[in-house]
Amino acid sequence: MENLILEVNDLTTKYITRYDENIYAVDHVSLKVAEGKSLGIAGESGCGKSTLALSLMGYYFAPLHYTSGEIVIDRRTISGMDPDEVRKSILGREISYIPQAAMNALNPTRKIIDFIADVVQAHDMHANKKEIYERASGLFETLGLPVEVLQKYPVELSGGMKQRTVIAVSVILFPKVLIADEPSSALDVTSQKMVIKMLKQLLETGFISSLIFITHELPLLYNVTDDIMVMYAGQIVEKAKAKDAVFDPLHPYARGLMGSIIVPEEGLRDVKLTAIPGVPPNLKDPPSGCRFADRCRYVRPACTAAASIEFRELADGRAYRCIVPEGELREIYSKEAERYA
Amino acid sequence: MVGFIIFMAIMLFVIFYPLIVRYPPLEIIGQGTFFPPGIYVNVYDSIGSPTHYTLNLDEAAARRVASKLKDEDRLAIKRWLVGSGFLESEIDITDTEKLLEQWVNNYDSQKRIPGMTNADRNYYIRLSASLDGLLSTEGAIIAAVNPETGDLEEKGIIQQTDYVNLSEAANVRVLPLGTDNFGRDVLTELVKATGVSLLIGLVAGTIATLIGLMLGLLAGYIGGLVDDGIMFVTNLFTVIPTIVLLILISFSIGQEHRGPVTIAVVIGFTSWVWTTRAVRSQVISLRNRDHVNLSKLSGHSTTRIILLSILPFIASYVVMAFILQISAGILAEAGLSILGLGPRTTTTPTLGLMLNWAFIYQAQILGKWWAYIPVILVIALIAFSLNLMNTGLDQVFNPALRE
Amino acid sequence: MPDERKIILSTRGLTKIFGFGRTKTLAVDRVDLDIYEGEVVSIVGESGSGKTTLAKMILGLLNPTDGEIFFQGKPRDIRSRKKKLEYWNNIQAIFQDPYSSYNQFQKIDAVLLDCIRMRGGRKLPKERKLEMMTEACSFVNLKFEELTNKYPFELSGGQMQRLMIARIFLLKPKILVADEPTSMIDACSRATILDFLMQLRDEIGMTVIFITHDIGLAYYVSDTVFIMERGKFVESGTADEVILNPKDFCTQRLISDVPKIHEEWDLSTVEFPS
Repeated sequence: MENLILEVNDLTTKYITRYDENIYAVDHVSLKVAEGKSLGIAGESGCGKSTLALSLMGYYFAPLHYTSGEIVIDRRTISGMDPDEVRKSILGREISYIPQAAMNALNPTRKIIDFIADVVQAHDMHANKKEIYERASGLFETLGLPVEVLQKYPVELSGGMKQRTVIAVSVILFPKVLIADEPSSALDVTSQKMVIKMLKQLLETGFISSLIFITHELPLLYNVTDDIMVMYAGQIVEKAKAKDAVFDPLHPYARGLMGSIIVPEEGLRDVKLTAIPGVPPNLKDPPSGCRFADRCRYVRPACTAAASIEFRELADGRAYRCIVPEGELREIYSKEAERYA
Repeated sequence: MVGFIIFMAIMLFVIFYPLIVRYPPLEIIGQGTFFPPGIYVNVYDSIGSPTHYTLNLDEAAARRVASKLKDEDRLAIKRWLVGSGFLESEIDITDTEKLLEQWVNNYDSQKRIPGMTNADRNYYIRLSASLDGLLSTEGAIIAAVNPETGDLEEKGIIQQTDYVNLSEAANVRVLPLGTDNFGRDVLTELVKATGVSLLIGLVAGTIATLIGLMLGLLAGYIGGLVDDGIMFVTNLFTVIPTIVLLILISFSIGQEHRGPVTIAVVIGFTSWVWTTRAVRSQVISLRNRDHVNLSKLSGHSTTRIILLSILPFIASYVVMAFILQISAGILAEAGLSILGLGPRTTTTPTLGLMLNWAFIYQAQILGKWWAYIPVILVIALIAFSLNLMNTGLDQVFNPALRE
Repeated sequence: MPDERKIILSTRGLTKIFGFGRTKTLAVDRVDLDIYEGEVVSIVGESGSGKTTLAKMILGLLNPTDGEIFFQGKPRDIRSRKKKLEYWNNIQAIFQDPYSSYNQFQKIDAVLLDCIRMRGGRKLPKERKLEMMTEACSFVNLKFEELTNKYPFELSGGQMQRLMIARIFLLKPKILVADEPTSMIDACSRATILDFLMQLRDEIGMTVIFITHDIGLAYYVSDTVFIMERGKFVESGTADEVILNPKDFCTQRLISDVPKIHEEWDLSTVEFPS
């Protein structure tokens, strides 16, 4: 049995709008990440993946509120903890979070080393400047970042370098879990590659024990993470190993998503990209039954009749949320493939 | 929203007050300076009014006496009494009746008190005379000269318990804010002055904003030489301090031509600089937006693009600038007027002018607060309400922000 | 094989320099290109490569510092307003951000009405205008009755971008410049947008110029690909040639930096020979 670094059971968190409406952006989500493994969360804008990232940290601030569920990091339950306690002992140490466009967190009027000193001193008051500099330069060297960067101002650095700096800083306390929310989407492809390489390196060298990678770009996930979860309208709709998720998706939404991948490879020009008409449901008032029903090609009356659709668990940790059993689903898919052949 | 309400209240007040209270604002009604606020009843009329009502109020007598006896007088009485042999502990200056009794029973104008000067003696004689009859309950006799005999004839008696109903008195003038140094009714004057100042602010603000808007739009959108030229002129105006410009222009126009509108125009033509710059920088950031490009590709003319694609985006900004210009215009006029370079003083009052007169005639030293504090409050209230209105305006302009 | 297709747009030595003195930037550096009628062309480059500047010059929104543009074989003359309008009857654009493409203060009907007006339809009766707008909307699977009198913020990103395509449907230009039309659209809706564009192109024989940084998209959708770097074209050819057999170093690097799924993605950083 692998050592589970992160275990989330039935987590539900909500936003409370100023009209006092509850929006359950994360709806009964469960996931497990083992030591040394990485998990990718795929989904489109508005599906709740960024909210999920925030929720996993255990640090909530209005309008995001914790409703129910359990978060366990390395056998330590953090879901019910006091926010101050979380900030002091969990954030940065156990679990670290890199938000989208994290490079904007760098104060343009301070040098990088000052930024790092700030972060370290927030967690460990007694570290002095010299120690911090040594630690930082050691970290940078290990990760292949030029040490000169420490003395520079953010404006002197390229986007890719800034992002890598921020990632390096986020692991300076050796957190067990690193959550990266779209770490490379604002960058050009070359910088993106460097960021991805760095994240993989962090995991392989043991700087972090597990990685959660959130993005809407599926080819990235395939190359970076071991497992992939697909999220739609606040719920997880498919969990599988990366290869299965991309080449053999079961849930109709996941299937549509994988069918819209564009990569510059031979054979791409002959593929017909799938398109899914419609828009995701409004989470203020989610539909009963399957949330994807109104856009699903294979919808049947039972999909909306049920109050909620549960996961179908398959072998090897694989699961998908659909009312149709696996065998039947695969039949439908293969018939479709024949029609297009 | 609140700002809007306040401002509207001010406007309505300014408009309706003159309709209700039909006194000419600059009419000099008080002979003498700085009459305090209050209700002024014509004494002659109150005596001659048809009905005298008899009211028996308990404290009437005590009040009458207490109002006549000011603190200084009481202390003076005490001094006299102590000087003439009384013990200090026996004299209580707060107990009016007892004090008066002691005085009346013991005062002797001939008596000499050590340390008393001649002036003091006269003072006590006068005091005694004025207090005479204070404790009596007799009324006063009204006498008029008989035109034939030249003698005084008794016409009537006024009892101490006689009261007159104000609404029956022929001449009652309410002066909630008293009179100013010239003897003019401050409240009426204030209302008129507010109206004039608002007008000045409006005219100045409109001119400044229109000039600023046009120049800013042209400079920002067309760019190139037009931009350079306009910026050159703008920089010229920035370097010259506005207040100096205002003073010079105002001075050279001369006293006779300085009406409120002229002043407003002058203020308007010197304060457009800031608006131009602000509008220009906004326009420059807008002109490369996608929707502007699409407008061009759809064949819209430059005027149309400026009006439809750029103007609405800066509209809220411009209106805010406008409001601030009104505010600034009013204050500029006040500043000019305090210096004596504002509109002619004889035909129209403005808020600044009122302040000017108040300070020239040293109202603040004399403690005549009603001559300047209400004016300051009104100026502050106008500026405040205008600024509050500013914040509520964004909703009006942006459909996306409407609820 | 002799090329019977006609060249619809070409440039020679097209250059754009911004700023003066020490802040001079060479955005586009002597670009020569030929685009054939009915082709789908992609200009691929990273941000800062000059592709947007090039697009704006082609569109006539920006004046070139040097060089010439030829439209349908003749030098392009857009100095007078009349000539500009004529040119824009033949070339139009779709931009990246659907939200900023609209004037947020105007109802979306105005956008379509403007197109009808530009095509000379100002005097048409109201019913006919309504017909045209409904037809344009249904081409992109939108219902005009549902959208009329709405403001842009009431629509979703995908709807707005599709409405932009409806606009092109009404204008029927000969050339369409599409500047990153799908980069801000969800993956699921991307195919829809691309499909509509291609359908439109088939129906009216439109030439499409894609400007993008996504080399995968370029490969999927275009016939010819130009790779742009630092203001110059470093490689050009058919899509298969450029993507599967890149000759230039920049192109190779560009392709290798994009994650793959069927092939191994080489994560080693290729050093740029300076």
